[in-house]
Amino acid sequence: MDLHFGDSKPTDEERAAVDALLGPPESSWEGADRTDADLRWARGGRAARDRRDLLLPGLHAVNDRIGWISEGALGYLCRRLTVPPAEAYGVATFYAMFSVEPRPATVLHVCTDLACTAAGAAGLCAGVEKGAGPGVHVERSPCLGLCERAPAALAIRAGDPVRTAVAAPATVTAALLAATAPDSAPEEDPPALAVPQAGQEGLTLLRRVGVVDPASLDDYRANGGYTALRHAFALGPAGVIREVTDSGLVGRGGAAFPTGRKWQATASRPEQPHHLVCNADESEPGTFKDRVLMEGDPYSLVEAMTIAAYAIGAHRGHLYLRGEYPRALARMEHAVAQARARGFLGADVLGQGFAFDIEIRRGAGAYICGEETALFNSIEGYRGEPRSKPPFPVEQGLFGRPTVENNVETLVNVLPILTMGAPAYAAIGTERSTGPKLFCVSGSVDRPGVYELPFGATLGELLQLAGVRENLRAVLLGGAAGGFVRPDELGIPLTFEGTREAGTTLGSGVVMAFDDSVPLPELLLRIARFFRDESCGQCVPCRVGTVRQEEALHRIVARTGADAAGDVALLREVGRAMRDASICGLGQTAWNAVESAIDRLGAYR
Amino acid sequence: MRKRQPKTYPRLTHPLVRDARDEPFRRADWPEALDRVARGLERNRDAFGMFSCARATNETNYVAQKFARVVMGTNNVDSCNRTCHAPSVAGLSAAFGSGGGTSSYEEIEHTDVIVMWGSNARFAHPIFFQHVLKGIRGGARMYAVDPRRTSTAEWAESWLGLNVGTDIPMAHAIGREIIHAGLANEAFIRRATTGFEAYRALVAPWTLSLAEKVTGVPARAIRELAHAYARAERAQLCWTLGITEHHNGTDNVRALINLSLLTGQVGRWGAGLQPLRGQNNVQGGGDMGAIPNRLPGFQDILDPDTRLKFESAWDTVIRPHYGLNLTEMFEAMEEGTLKAVYCIGENPAQSEADSEQAVRRLTALDFLVVQDIFLTRTAELADVVLPATAGWAETEGTTTNSERRVQRVRRAVTPPGEAREDIDILCALAARLGHDWKYADSEAVWNELRSVSPDHYGMTYDRLAEHQGIQWPCPSTERLEPTYLHGRLWETEPERRGTPAPFGLVRHDPPVDLTDEEYPVRLTTGRRLDSYNTGVQSGGYPSPLRRGEYIELCPEDAERYGVVVGEEVRVSSRRGAVVAPVWIDTALRPGLAFMTMHFPDEVDTNQLTIEANCPIAGTAEFKASAIRVEKLPVATIVR
Amino acid sequence: MTVTPLGIPRRLLEFTIDGEVARVPEGSTILDACRAAGKDVPTLCEGDTLRPKNACRVCVVEVEGARTLVPACSRKAEPGMVVRSGGERVRHSRRIVLELLASSVDLSTTPRVAGWLKEYEAKPDRFGPAAARLDEEPRVDNDLYVRDYGKCILCYKCVDACGDQWQNSFAISVAGRGFGARIAVEHDAPLTDSACVYCGNCVEVCPTGALSPKREFDMRAAGTWDESRQTETTTVCAYCGVGCTLTLHVQDNEIVGVTSPHDNPVTHGNLCIKGRFGYQHVQNRG
Repeated sequence: MDLHFGDSKPTDEERAAVDALLGPPESSWEGADRTDADLRWARGGRAARDRRDLLLPGLHAVNDRIGWISEGALGYLCRRLTVPPAEAYGVATFYAMFSVEPRPATVLHVCTDLACTAAGAAGLCAGVEKGAGPGVHVERSPCLGLCERAPAALAIRAGDPVRTAVAAPATVTAALLAATAPDSAPEEDPPALAVPQAGQEGLTLLRRVGVVDPASLDDYRANGGYTALRHAFALGPAGVIREVTDSGLVGRGGAAFPTGRKWQATASRPEQPHHLVCNADESEPGTFKDRVLMEGDPYSLVEAMTIAAYAIGAHRGHLYLRGEYPRALARMEHAVAQARARGFLGADVLGQGFAFDIEIRRGAGAYICGEETALFNSIEGYRGEPRSKPPFPVEQGLFGRPTVENNVETLVNVLPILTMGAPAYAAIGTERSTGPKLFCVSGSVDRPGVYELPFGATLGELLQLAGVRENLRAVLLGGAAGGFVRPDELGIPLTFEGTREAGTTLGSGVVMAFDDSVPLPELLLRIARFFRDESCGQCVPCRVGTVRQEEALHRIVARTGADAAGDVALLREVGRAMRDASICGLGQTAWNAVESAIDRLGAYR
Repeated sequence: MRKRQPKTYPRLTHPLVRDARDEPFRRADWPEALDRVARGLERNRDAFGMFSCARATNETNYVAQKFARVVMGTNNVDSCNRTCHAPSVAGLSAAFGSGGGTSSYEEIEHTDVIVMWGSNARFAHPIFFQHVLKGIRGGARMYAVDPRRTSTAEWAESWLGLNVGTDIPMAHAIGREIIHAGLANEAFIRRATTGFEAYRALVAPWTLSLAEKVTGVPARAIRELAHAYARAERAQLCWTLGITEHHNGTDNVRALINLSLLTGQVGRWGAGLQPLRGQNNVQGGGDMGAIPNRLPGFQDILDPDTRLKFESAWDTVIRPHYGLNLTEMFEAMEEGTLKAVYCIGENPAQSEADSEQAVRRLTALDFLVVQDIFLTRTAELADVVLPATAGWAETEGTTTNSERRVQRVRRAVTPPGEAREDIDILCALAARLGHDWKYADSEAVWNELRSVSPDHYGMTYDRLAEHQGIQWPCPSTERLEPTYLHGRLWETEPERRGTPAPFGLVRHDPPVDLTDEEYPVRLTTGRRLDSYNTGVQSGGYPSPLRRGEYIELCPEDAERYGVVVGEEVRVSSRRGAVVAPVWIDTALRPGLAFMTMHFPDEVDTNQLTIEANCPIAGTAEFKASAIRVEKLPVATIVR
Repeated sequence: MTVTPLGIPRRLLEFTIDGEVARVPEGSTILDACRAAGKDVPTLCEGDTLRPKNACRVCVVEVEGARTLVPACSRKAEPGMVVRSGGERVRHSRRIVLELLASSVDLSTTPRVAGWLKEYEAKPDRFGPAAARLDEEPRVDNDLYVRDYGKCILCYKCVDACGDQWQNSFAISVAGRGFGARIAVEHDAPLTDSACVYCGNCVEVCPTGALSPKREFDMRAAGTWDESRQTETTTVCAYCGVGCTLTLHVQDNEIVGVTSPHDNPVTHGNLCIKGRFGYQHVQNRG
């Protein structure tokens, strides 16, 4: 491609960061010194253009090393990958974790989302912003997925290697220490502390969290690891799909699509290759179960992905991991490397002649990338904008090929399905919602964390388990894209059909309890701001609608009754169009929580 | 960066005349100007040459060649076709009997391998390149053969940076490799070609390693291109002036055509040869007979039946021999046997190689009439200047593009002042010289052409409008022919297959202007995206990309000469010298420099180029001059 | 040997639009079918030479069984589909989309939009005077065309035309996110520091006049731009030998703009810098 590059040159440091990822440039056309051979023959074409998917890792490499992405660095990366600089700029500016302006090497993300706001994030922010020196850039952040330890802060210090530290629950002092001295900040709580039931009998999905050493493949195997994969090889791909279909497993990400059907649809497509993508871009405010699984039991995800890939005939799996999850990333990278070293991944898994490997890709701060097709674009090196469906991912997914995308929780459910058999698994839960389910409980409870219950337990039972506090005002189910229910609705059964019948949603399993310490209009405004900030901007209803929604909520933040009625009507009209006419789930659900607060909780009445 | 505004030319609005060349022009009315022209031509009846225009309509070219042949009784008619693509026409007609590109733009979108040889289509033919890009996006692999790594080459799977003027060694080595690898299409060679054995012997010495030595391109790269081209189910071979503007341009074209014969990559949908034309109507000018050896419809003057047809249609006698081509006409001026020239819309004073020589020869003419829309450098040398209309915006008619598509041009604006249409002027002059031609409009001219050219017969103005242009051949008003030529070569019946295509037995002959210690740098020339030829048209709009004329050097050479971007240097060849600022381009390599001819009023690049002409087609070797670059004693930086 | 391919024959499929049976070739969109049936579906981001982006959502229709409305411009017709191109639900979304656009973007030079605002009874003012707008100043950084992003609805057509669908120059992209997203070159530099080759193919597809030739921009500013006084004449470009068809837009015997027919086999509506902007020489009339 005849690309145009400006005059800016990369610094040695920036060049080194890119070369560490991509290796040294092969010719002067890619940025090396000119040699005589270069001036006679140059390769390019498809091979050069086909490396676009390394753009996001390349941007990370520079951002990790320098803290921001300069013109020179972007230009060099583009030259290396044959990517047009304008497009790379469009990609870099899409993600909240990247900056194309100079900034200090250390960025301190302070969560200001719902659970943290309820736990005093406003004060934390004010204190941190006052106390941070010139070397720290403070960023008010959407949910960091640390809701069980609210309020939370995450420090990232660029360098070689990049350093991170989490302060949660954070005080001003702890957060500043994490930012100024990430290496000497206190070790984060182990993941088991996020699982109040840890070590209890009867757990299926969480049974190894806090029990096994998450770094040890042998420990994983000693605790039942890789039995499921053995079963899978014995069953054959079709057998695995049959088991998964018969188990009644449906996707745990929120859409509740039958997993077996998705696998079957992909497996039967004639186009090759097939792809497996694990969506670990857990960004729904209030959700942190996938993080806990990956931090506490990483090999289970490696094994589950191997089984899924075997079933659908994929030889390459992508694990798209949320950018704000440094510990989960480290654990998964370690687990994948170990599995590869020991032949559990690679050209001949378990000597069964099946080739499979996993590439880990980090998100960079974009809620929308949790949308399955936006995630494909993100991996491919494009802006993380959703694609229109149809075609569906099972037909044309990653790199335009048949793709199964499942989230972490869905995949790890495959292990018990294969070890206990579909009938036994299907016997857990209710007839239409089978199996165990993870819930992320946070907010006004004594024991926040991830809970595992069979489908069918009621909301009240779950909150009881978590130690719900007095003065419960509302419960948010499903996160920002979900809906509020009243304290008198705790009998709602936590199943897909039960919540649907009650006119609400289970979503990804968020259960956030609020007492009356935070005014409801403030929470709604935070939710509205979240959607406005996270809208990719592609379609009009969402891009402008989320702005108009936030503006209206601002106007009525202190109004009720007739004073608010006009804007409430306006919200309804805009909300209905966002739900009906937006491209993807983000816009379609951006008005859910507000609507439920108005209709169910009587907000602004 | 400086933004130099090139000279802008105001439109000619009135005829201009003068009694002697050293006098200034004065405004004249049309009758006086036409009378003067009639007299000037009349007294040089046996020493006349017509420069027709590759930018004027088909109808103008038709009437202009008819004027030369009927009114002036000569076949001395030619156009700037000569300075660019005459070798393509000569080479293609030698092989296939017809001088057009064999494919269509759409076909390149559906081909498997594309070879762009000596063509920076990304800049010179941007909309054609969009069709190439569609092909690439659809999975085609493109290979670029060019001394520079151009914008076009940057899209290639593989760019082969050969030495200037080593195209034949490269082509022969590719041919030899195809034969040796067993990839030659033997069925096609047997049925549709002649001379294969001689060709095999001809290319036998051109091993990959010898070719590497001569072309400078690694053997592996040549081998890869050979295999890709031969193994493709469909392949397209495209070239531009990098092939033709050489002293052996026709041989170069033949060497490329050989590769298509060897592999059967011609005469099928999606497989073919595509020379990209430089002017909007180069193709049409030749098709209309505005060339010294062909009558309208690309019909050979030496064929008695053809002559008879035209003689009865035009009520005249046609000389049974070829006329002089543009290059030969210039030589005849030198010898004094050509004394009057009627120049329509051409600017040879600036577009010819060795422009100083061209100006001298034009000045020596007894009579020069220039018909143009601007007072060009050539017009400044004339005895009479006639203001014409712009072919594309002020005239009705047709032009023919590189894929042989005849399309309508239409009058959108009223011409300025007293400017008149070319055909109108030609007819007025014909009348003064005893031929009373009556054409109601351009369509009448076109219908006359249709009646004498079978390939155009089916193209009525109505059909041209309906189909957004029609490609020739179009012998019937009822149907359209396939978009590619020479499908006959694939027929199984010998009689339907017609004359087989001969391999061209051509030998490597390096550029005439050799580099040596005194002139160590090879200068090659080309176009930029936003400018066009001598800049008379393109200088009229403010392009943000335009930066004026520079001598482009590679970074290594700039360092060697101790010069920086914008610094003026003296550039000399064996013929002349110019001063030009330096630009640095990594697409070049040590010993290779690049200039354009877009800004002759600033830097007259053609003072440097050599008039070493292709003996068959007459095209000069614009692409290879030997030059010297010298730092000026006092550095002047132009920014 | 290969003969001229005629393309794979396409079957016809049957479905209903607004209760009437529609019969279209496989692969047709709902919009194709609506237009064939003579129904006026508003569109902004749809372009006849570009793949549908379905970003503006003004063409949404109702498909029975679908949870949400679907964009007619990109959704392929399926056998047995039941489509409603009007009705309250469809009208509501179209009205809101038009209101959202008109309240945030200057649509004064968007053809047809005034009629749609009326037809759908849109009231963009109801979001109040404080409603956020794009509020961008026109960028005049070169002599050939102007980027007035206060009029940009972010339809992506310019990006697609500049990118892999036609020009492959990739000079522009969408930068930023959400309401802050803008069309920009790298580092939001002026065009003159970008990969732009001034082909103007982005200007050709812009549906709102956010991109306009400098000449048109200046004439509009001077109040002399008058399309009712313009003629359009089709001819062929006078530059290289490719033979691009040009449509010359002439006002008062001056060429004021150049386009190319979108269905032309040579250009498909695209031109290069010379063809689109290099016309001035014929009217340097002294």
